[in-house]
Amino acid sequence: MDKMPKWADVALIPFLNLLIAFVLSGLVIFAIGENPFKALMTMIDGAFGSTYGWGYTLYYTTNFIFTGLAVSIAFKAAMFNIGGEGQAMIGGLGVGIACLFIPTVLMPHWTIALVFAMIAGAIFGAGWALIPAYLQAKRGSHVVITTIMFNFIATALMGYLLIGPLKLKGAQESASASFPDVTNLPTLHELLAPLGISFSKSAPANVSLFIALAMCVVVYLLMNRSRLGYEIRAFGESPTASVYAGISPTKIIIVAMMLSGAISGLMAINATMGQHERLILNAVEGAGFIGIAVALMGRNHPFGVLLAALLFGFLYQGGSELSLWSKIPRELIVVIQGLVILFTGALDNMVRMPVERMFIAAAKRKDA
Amino acid sequence: MTLMKSFLGAAASLALTAGAALAEPAIIFDLGGKFDKSFNEAGFNGAEKWAKETGGSYLEVELQSEAQREQALRRFAETGANPVITMGFAMSTPISEVAPDYPDTTFVTIDGWSDAPNVLNVAFSEHEGSYLVGMMAATASKSGTVGFIGGMDIPLIRKFACGYAEGVKAVNPDATVIANMTGTTPAAWNDPVKGGELTKAQISQGADIVYAAAGGTGLGVLQTAADEGILSIGVDSNQNHLQPGKVLTSMLKRVDVAVYEAMKAGADIKPGVQVMNLAADGVGYALDEHNAALVSDEMKAAVDAAAAKIISGELVVHDYMSDDSCPVLDF
Repeated sequence: MDKMPKWADVALIPFLNLLIAFVLSGLVIFAIGENPFKALMTMIDGAFGSTYGWGYTLYYTTNFIFTGLAVSIAFKAAMFNIGGEGQAMIGGLGVGIACLFIPTVLMPHWTIALVFAMIAGAIFGAGWALIPAYLQAKRGSHVVITTIMFNFIATALMGYLLIGPLKLKGAQESASASFPDVTNLPTLHELLAPLGISFSKSAPANVSLFIALAMCVVVYLLMNRSRLGYEIRAFGESPTASVYAGISPTKIIIVAMMLSGAISGLMAINATMGQHERLILNAVEGAGFIGIAVALMGRNHPFGVLLAALLFGFLYQGGSELSLWSKIPRELIVVIQGLVILFTGALDNMVRMPVERMFIAAAKRKDA
Repeated sequence: MTLMKSFLGAAASLALTAGAALAEPAIIFDLGGKFDKSFNEAGFNGAEKWAKETGGSYLEVELQSEAQREQALRRFAETGANPVITMGFAMSTPISEVAPDYPDTTFVTIDGWSDAPNVLNVAFSEHEGSYLVGMMAATASKSGTVGFIGGMDIPLIRKFACGYAEGVKAVNPDATVIANMTGTTPAAWNDPVKGGELTKAQISQGADIVYAAAGGTGLGVLQTAADEGILSIGVDSNQNHLQPGKVLTSMLKRVDVAVYEAMKAGADIKPGVQVMNLAADGVGYALDEHNAALVSDEMKAAVDAAAAKIISGELVVHDYMSDDSCPVLDF
């Protein structure tokens, strides 16, 4: 046996990673003279202690499911899509344009508005990923570099649009006009009220959550039960072998990146359409980057992405509660979130290798 | 067991703090951060003054991103904090959206605007204060060219610039006013390096006084002006002490007074509009030991005379935001 058991791979290692991250964060909080247990309780209570907390946790989770799935699709094709942030921003632009400029007579109900917004968001997101994908496929420009650069271009473009053409006249803030009421998505409060479940009225979690869950299933079926998914995975495992099997690398790179961009763009139905109901700067709030950690931690499997997204939803919501109810400065909360990303994403091998060696040694002893 | 105990203890103390949080005032600082030595810090000082005088405590948060504004508002309103004070113009839309959901909470917006019935709009007359420091700048300038460096290019900052330019022209009709904005995104509030570069550029065009209305960016303006041997004018808080002897004066915007009074009024605060103009002592210019040598008696007399005229209504300073244009300055 030269591999560790599956349960250790999918459960034990992420757990150990998290544990190290939390212990270190605890030490940092202790070092600035705060009580780490109290901080943890604040985070847990703030994220799960009320339907209000749940509403925000699930809202962030929805964002991270979209971006996590997006990154995981690109990963399967052996590409590192760092551009989720920009793709989601531009997806938001698409959603915003659909909500602002499609006449409301064509959108008599939010479901129809949602379909328009999803199409627009996906097309804009995919379009933003198309250029780096083309440059990678045809010119060999590394997709990591180009997608990072495209994030900056997206920020600059949104800044330009929200200060100039799309800005609400007379307002000081760089934001567009509010979307028409018919495009407002029902929140969990409105969805659950008919079932007799009372859910906080002010929490932003909305119907997009269910679309995100459906996306998990769609991505699973696409990657594991379709010809295209097989081609993407084959290309990711071994580009040369897949060329030998008649798979076009150009096509796979472009299609996988566009799918990735489209799903990132869909994030905007949650953030832009569901929560802010207008275009604002920085609506993505780093979800594009968190998506990378979510995909890594979720082992690129849709179900894993879902769980990891919930964890990061907790960290985001718990973190903002922490900044409200404690004297811990906002910079330190970013440090805590960063530590989790560092240990679950970047330093994964630091835990994986010793644990793997331990399992292999144990197995050998048993064999002998 | 011990672990469990500390968990329970933590939960209990958390419940206690949550209980005590009821009816406390809350303050939301904008992206510049509460230690920006300027606008947000003025609000922080007001809150601290209230806390020290009354022994009360208040809730606070520094925003990390644009998207958090609504969440912070709802969170404080949900806990029962009253009033909820917000800093900065960018809160206008989030407040208009959140306020109707919490009719029993009074929201205070400093620099923002909302028509909701439970919002107190605190509007400062920055153009009046800027007029006064503009007069001082024109008097102190030897080259006849003075500079203005704004933060983000928004109507509010143009209002500062326009009042300033009017004050300059009132003293010296031939003076040149160079106006630059640091940027068009919120990052422009916190870019001292660019502030310094703009200062150097204005000096090369002949400016020997620069007025910074740019939040944290202004720190770079004041620093560079001092290094290059010219005078600068601070904004919002009294910034004279930042470069002693090198800051001509500071245009005071008494955000601290507004915050202090809102907290003092507590839950009984009256919604509506509160105009903080010269007459209400909401704006003014700073005079202390750091700039006493720079401000001559004649200068002070002229400025105080103009202030009296503004208060009596004899002199009206043009408000850029009233018609989105400035008669004496092109942007």
